[in-house]
Amino acid sequence: MSELIFSKSRPGRRCTVIPKCDVPKADIPHELLRETAPGLPEIAEVDLVRHYTNLSRRAFGVDNGFYPLGSCTMKYNPKVNEEAAALRSFTGIHPLQPPESVQGALQVMGVLSDCLREITGMNAISLQPAAGAHGEFAALVMIKAYLLDHGQPDRTKLIVPDSAHGTNPASAAMCGFEVVNIPSTADGLVDLDALKSAVGDDTAALMLTNPNTVGKFDTNIGEIADIVHGAGGLLYYDGANLNAIMGIARPGDMGFDAIHLNLHKTFSTPHGGGGPGSGPVGCNAKLAPYLPSPAVTVKDGGYAFTSPEKSVGMLKSFYGNFLVCVKALAYILTLGADGLREASENAVLNANYMQENLRGAYDVPFPGHCMHEFVLSLELLKKETGVTAADIAKGLIDRGVHPPTMYFPLIVHEALMLEPTETESRETLDHAIAALKELRQMAAESPQALHDAPVTTPVGRPDETAAVRNPVLRA
Amino acid sequence: MNVQKDLFYAQSHEWVKYLDGGRALVGISDHAQSEMGDVAFINLCDEGDALNAGDCLGDIESIKAVSDVYSPVAGTVARVNDELLDDPARLNADPYGAWLIELEDVTENAELMDADAYENYISE
Repeated sequence: MSELIFSKSRPGRRCTVIPKCDVPKADIPHELLRETAPGLPEIAEVDLVRHYTNLSRRAFGVDNGFYPLGSCTMKYNPKVNEEAAALRSFTGIHPLQPPESVQGALQVMGVLSDCLREITGMNAISLQPAAGAHGEFAALVMIKAYLLDHGQPDRTKLIVPDSAHGTNPASAAMCGFEVVNIPSTADGLVDLDALKSAVGDDTAALMLTNPNTVGKFDTNIGEIADIVHGAGGLLYYDGANLNAIMGIARPGDMGFDAIHLNLHKTFSTPHGGGGPGSGPVGCNAKLAPYLPSPAVTVKDGGYAFTSPEKSVGMLKSFYGNFLVCVKALAYILTLGADGLREASENAVLNANYMQENLRGAYDVPFPGHCMHEFVLSLELLKKETGVTAADIAKGLIDRGVHPPTMYFPLIVHEALMLEPTETESRETLDHAIAALKELRQMAAESPQALHDAPVTTPVGRPDETAAVRNPVLRA
Repeated sequence: MNVQKDLFYAQSHEWVKYLDGGRALVGISDHAQSEMGDVAFINLCDEGDALNAGDCLGDIESIKAVSDVYSPVAGTVARVNDELLDDPARLNADPYGAWLIELEDVTENAELMDADAYENYISE
């Protein structure tokens, strides 16, 4: 591994030459002065630039190449978003400024909330949650507050399909709910009979991702909503896969009561090391009084911070990850309503193009077209050749492609889940398809070469097990 | 894949070994550890817990995923294999030696598979 910047520090080295002070020195009270110098690296600018440039060359981001990580929507992050977020009017303000002096920033939050309400069909939005799982948590806290407020403390169970993201049961447990797992059908959809026998007087809500993690849109959603609502429960939408349906279908129209969104997936803001994320929570009129506080509302011809009537309170300092909201709004306004719909259509088209071209070379476990992502099963390949999903993923790295999601969803053995997104050209998709086919061939002819991949990276196969069993967090 | 002969197996890939005096050891099969990959952490229930067949007895976290483990038989937890918690790799190296819990007052479960039936089951 490369040296830490701290070990490159030499006393007296500097990046800048500060001119001599030409104003009188302020008299800082002794008790406010630190006794020892801060432990910061002392380094010349050239060494600083080389250090971080070299580190950046060892990482792989969406600016380096194709990044088809399923359910993570690693779409390209347009640079115009960054320009908007870098405006001095946004970076130079302070969260404690009086609202009347930052009306533009409040307007960004107000307009973005309006856009997200329109896209999702929800009545109200809070931009406060820091990222996806935090948004899930916010929605579940609101559902809990609603149930307690309506004299239903015995509704303690959250139903989660076995294809769900792992964050769903985790968020449920964090909010003190009991998780009830229900199986999927052979088509990868919610098993309606299992759902019917799972719901009852103790049901708080169903958490559903639609389209789900095997890339299928659950066309039974109307009946699912009736079953859950009929039993007195609520319906929660995990927005991880919203990229498939923008401008085409809305969770609110499907009967969902609450949702979370991932601005860092669907709305093109950076994530995966380049974050932070942003996970707005939305809801219908029933749950709106419980939204986190503060909320931005129109008041006396301007914008003001208010607190929803029965708010669950603050879930993050200040107003969420504000600059991420600026980037998401820039994205939405750049594309417009038609552009968002086209983005979703192309995301679905790209995924189907890849799935159909890989059918035959790999086992596609679910029948029919997919939505914005699809799953391959390498279970047979592993049985026949000993080459695993992880081996194929590592082989892709040597061909300039980031590995897809591996070993998820859990209901598919030796799974690879690919989500190409709408931002990739046909040439990029063809390159990835060719690479995957070549790797399939290699698995049959020279499996050891794949066990050894990747060979073109500075680090080949780190000992993942040792890293998990004995993490060394401090040098 | 190694399937040990004197054990009985559940569809969810746990084994049970019946001992004298209504006691039994419970673990996971070689197939199960192979599918999970390298095990990193193990959480187990507490001594004294009463389990029905099919009840969750703990979870196993590998580098791939966290999986719940279910008791193939009913009984009361007499002992928990604490040594495994510090050395989870043993579950990969010796799945039939690395038992997870020992039960007492066991009710045998007629629905479990013998070794031959389990071998067919996992080769399907």
